[in-house]
Amino acid sequence: MIASHKSTENVAAEETLQEYLTFILGDEEYGIEILKVQEIRGYDAVTRIANTPDFIKGVINLRGHIVPIIDLRIKFKLGKIDYDEFTVVIILNIGNRVVGIVVDGVSDVLTLNASQIRPVPDLVSDIDNKYLLGLGTVGDRMLILVDIERLMSSQDMALVDAVNESVT
Amino acid sequence: MAIDISQFYPVFFEEAKEHLAEMEQLLVKLIVDAPDYDQLNAIFRAAHSIKGGSATFGFDDMASVTHVLENLLDKLRKKEMVLQTNMIDVFLQATDVLKEQLNCYIGGTVADPAPAQALSLELLALTQTKSAQISTPKTDESFGFFDDAIAPEAPDDDFGFFDSNDTKEADDDFGLFEPIEPEVAKKNITKTVKTTKALKTKKTPAPLIAAQPAAPLILERRSTERVDAESTTIRVDVDKVDKLINLVGELVITEAMLTQSLINAPPALLQALSSSLAQLQRNTRDLQEGVMSIRMMPISFVFSRFPRMVRDLTQKLKKEVELITIGEDTELDKGLIERIADPLTHLIRNSLDHGIELPAARIKAGKPAKGNITLSASHQGGGIIIEVSDDGAGLNRQGILSKAIERGLPASNEMTDAEVWDLIFAPGFSTAEVVTDLSGRGVGMDVVKRNISEMGGEVSIDSQAGIGSKITIRLPLTLAILEGMSVSLGQNLYVIPLNLILETMQPKPEELKTVTGEGALVQVHGEYIPIIALHSLFNMPTEVTNPCDGILVLIEAQGKKAALFVDALVGQQQVVIKSIETNFRKVLGVSGATIMGDGSVALIIDVPAIIKLGQKNNLSSISRREAA
Repeated sequence: MIASHKSTENVAAEETLQEYLTFILGDEEYGIEILKVQEIRGYDAVTRIANTPDFIKGVINLRGHIVPIIDLRIKFKLGKIDYDEFTVVIILNIGNRVVGIVVDGVSDVLTLNASQIRPVPDLVSDIDNKYLLGLGTVGDRMLILVDIERLMSSQDMALVDAVNESVT
Repeated sequence: MAIDISQFYPVFFEEAKEHLAEMEQLLVKLIVDAPDYDQLNAIFRAAHSIKGGSATFGFDDMASVTHVLENLLDKLRKKEMVLQTNMIDVFLQATDVLKEQLNCYIGGTVADPAPAQALSLELLALTQTKSAQISTPKTDESFGFFDDAIAPEAPDDDFGFFDSNDTKEADDDFGLFEPIEPEVAKKNITKTVKTTKALKTKKTPAPLIAAQPAAPLILERRSTERVDAESTTIRVDVDKVDKLINLVGELVITEAMLTQSLINAPPALLQALSSSLAQLQRNTRDLQEGVMSIRMMPISFVFSRFPRMVRDLTQKLKKEVELITIGEDTELDKGLIERIADPLTHLIRNSLDHGIELPAARIKAGKPAKGNITLSASHQGGGIIIEVSDDGAGLNRQGILSKAIERGLPASNEMTDAEVWDLIFAPGFSTAEVVTDLSGRGVGMDVVKRNISEMGGEVSIDSQAGIGSKITIRLPLTLAILEGMSVSLGQNLYVIPLNLILETMQPKPEELKTVTGEGALVQVHGEYIPIIALHSLFNMPTEVTNPCDGILVLIEAQGKKAALFVDALVGQQQVVIKSIETNFRKVLGVSGATIMGDGSVALIIDVPAIIKLGQKNNLSSISRREAA
């Protein structure tokens, strides 16, 4: 199951060291490729967009660009959903799009080698296995490594037009 | 290390396009009897540049076509041969073939070699046959002398006749008789055979010659301008300009935020800062204006393609038409320039095809045989006005009415002229079959109207039977800025394009009506207009749920009216349009977003979509109720 979904990117990850930005959702720790991260900022007022799923908080003005904001905590039903001065938005640059995700907190940047990444066992979760790169192990910590690009361009996220989905 | 040559392709494509366009413009205004050798040289240079570039990049078919083309042009400019009307036709064909080849390369394919080969043979034949005719040194000498005399810097009175600047006078004489000046007479002796032949060929396609004077009229000024312009322009990627526009937009917002936050500053500080702040404000506005103007291009970029089209069409339709263009220096946004070309092409084609009568019919009606189509552009207020007018037959009121009724459109004899003319924009009116000269005008006019309203513009018709018609297009100056009315709904702000707002009102309870207890209507000026409650359409929480407490904004798009119910009006302002789709998907009912003075995002209402959505929403709420 996992092997079949491995992209060339993953193969490269196994051979070299890869840096991950780790963040917290509820009690879980997640990791995404650092190269996909553009910046980290606080949570500002967003402009709601009509008739979108509740995890799409709306759009913000990021230095003149209109950027959609997704609350991963709502999407994955994790953590407490409140917005204060500590709420963090990770601005991602995936493909040609800029998207912000709301998380409970950003912890650090870790370098993992291939041997530290384990396959994901078949389990039931809100994230489909195909969006996971693997499970990273750092001491006692388990990092859920997310293929954020694939996840964000999926139909689930309602970020792209249905027509675009088949192309990407 | 090998250089990847393909990275230079886009530059070549761009340049080749420009060269081809230049060649075409010059060819159309070239006068067969008295060719301007500066123009011939310019055409030669353009062909030569394309040849050089295409050979470098390995586009061999283009190189070979330009090679034969260049040979013939070279002979012409060296005065070894005399220009003929049929040569211009072949040259124009050559630009078409080259354009096709270029487009294929741009698309990553290779063009069908057949037309290029046929053309090359034709060019070759022209080169060989004619060169034999003027090979005697004697003619060459006299010819050279003669031409020096009419060189553009010597505007003698005799040759004013032939000077391309004096087209109005010259056109009467074109092809009808040869000049009687002694020098020319000398020339005629040496090439009598050819002159008669030339006369024959010149006489037959009468409309062609008629079309020519129009071209110099338009292009004369441009070509001189272009010479100065060339040395002082640089080619810049549009993305870079757009980035700059974005940044300046940001600067304006930042400046507004700064001003806002200083309101609460202590008076001493405020005083110290206020003059510098005013300075900053002035500078940012100037900067914004300056950066915006980079995207502006003269409308001649569109207008310049029409002389060729008119030339070809008049030839085909056997009509005589003069195209007059006015105000080709009028500037508008590059994005609009690209999008206005198609509708204008359509309108001019319509005028040519259905507006201007055949020469015989025109003379019968007491009009000169040659019809006029005037294309004009001018600035008016914050927008641009483009007019296409002709002195043709005008629209046929009765014809339109009967056709509209036949097609099931709401039409009656009591309608005013303006209302009747509007019928041809109705989607149902258009038809491919052109029944008569007068009734065929509806071909695709609805598309023209739609294209123009997509650009935020509007179009109207004025017509008088027997005198002509005029189509007026009003466009905003740029796509990047929109004059909008901001309205509030709950916590959010929305912007409605001002040009689609008819009026705003606070309804009285007695003006509100319902149909089957659900679909709400408001009575305005005796008309019942459906109310679209934005909060229920967008599912946004608000405290204002009774239209009498809020505001109704009357909007109109594509002939449909609706009253958009929002909480309150906030203000009227110019907003910079930002795309939502760059980072997100298309949102139904929203055409874009903008950034307000405080840095927050407001969504711009897509009025046509909202009206459509509103209808569906009303219907579904009714059907829901019925189902329950």
